[in-house]
Amino acid sequence: MIEEGRALFLQIAEGVEDSIIDGSLAEEAQAPSTNELAAFFRINPATAAKGVNMLVDKGVLYKRRGIGMFVAPGARGMLLAERRTAFADRFVEPLLAEARKLGLGPDDLSRLILEHAGTHAEPATTEGASR
Amino acid sequence: MTDVIEVQGLTKRYRDIIAVDDVSFTIEKDTIYGLLGRNGAGKTTVMSILTAQNFASSGDIRIFGEKPYENARVLSRMCFVRESQKYPDDAKPVHAFRSARLFFPHWDEAFAQRLISDFQLPQNRRIKKLSRGQLSAVGVIIGLASRAEITFFDEPYLGLDAVARQIFYDRLLEDYSEHPRTVILSSHLIDEVANLIERVLVIDRGRILLDETTDAVRDRACTIVGDADAVDRFISGREVIHRESLGRTTSVTVLGRLGADDRARLAALGLDAAPVSLQQLIVRLTQHAAFDTPDVHATIEEVVR
Repeated sequence: MIEEGRALFLQIAEGVEDSIIDGSLAEEAQAPSTNELAAFFRINPATAAKGVNMLVDKGVLYKRRGIGMFVAPGARGMLLAERRTAFADRFVEPLLAEARKLGLGPDDLSRLILEHAGTHAEPATTEGASR
Repeated sequence: MTDVIEVQGLTKRYRDIIAVDDVSFTIEKDTIYGLLGRNGAGKTTVMSILTAQNFASSGDIRIFGEKPYENARVLSRMCFVRESQKYPDDAKPVHAFRSARLFFPHWDEAFAQRLISDFQLPQNRRIKKLSRGQLSAVGVIIGLASRAEITFFDEPYLGLDAVARQIFYDRLLEDYSEHPRTVILSSHLIDEVANLIERVLVIDRGRILLDETTDAVRDRACTIVGDADAVDRFISGREVIHRESLGRTTSVTVLGRLGADDRARLAALGLDAAPVSLQQLIVRLTQHAAFDTPDVHATIEEVVR
């Protein structure tokens, strides 16, 4: 679950963001506490706190005094926008690099993508894309 | 942050061997430290001097701002779990726990009982008759249940199987969350403790090689893999700490964080960059130090910083 070589608190923050993006953690819902995150991921609570604080600074979570952390309204939209901007760098570039190595051109790639998207039973549009 | 331990110029000589060589560092309150290094690097010596079980040849040590020697005020706030703790011949775990309860003001008997059942420790068997793992469990239980403000665990897991070690890590994290305190954990199983420790102290040949937050260390090195010529072009001017080759493919571990420019260059050269785990990094750093000149220490410290 945790990968090597990348700052742990970033991975913890990303894990919480993933739950918000896939909807399992709704806006205005209570986010897992620092200690819950630490116990679940088996990491130092200070590291978990650093991840949570990063999300607070970013406006993804907000603190209700004496109760805990909650998902900020609008957090999901913000995260989706951010992830889509990073999508090309994170996924398309490595894909193109590997394709080049194998002698596959952009046309071959788009054909492959269409073919594979077609093999999935569900329609290829996500609810997020229609926003 | 308050420092609970301050060490200035600590040196320990055994006849002609310098076990600890002019070491200075501080330990922050309520933080879990990993004290890492090879066998004989000086870890146990440092811990035994800090807990007043050994004398320094020179240097200044302050625990909670005071000198620890024959200082009951300070000593009752510290717990040192040694790898090879000696107990009286006919002592049983139940006796060891009873003494610990008297000595440590924050001792939690319910927690101790819970740990005894977690580790399935036979309390009324003589300690001499316990297995190596059960003996380690006695130390671990004392270290956790004492809730001392500073707890040293020196390789506490000898003979503990993977399940028992996980129990130790889990209970340590749980209890630390509820009762924050300073923990200094010396371990060879670096990958196992990497996620538990907030700061890393690496000792090598009696000197501090690394004193950093674990998160900062995680992305301080990477391994570049690919065609030998391309790798050489990329790494020129970088600090190389390890190199391996397999046919035309070379794998080189370099210190330093990769920026966006570096990543673009890697892609252009057709090279891959793989992350380096804390364990790999420490193995490389201390291996490197073993057969190079002493001034390499300075280079590593600079680059890592």
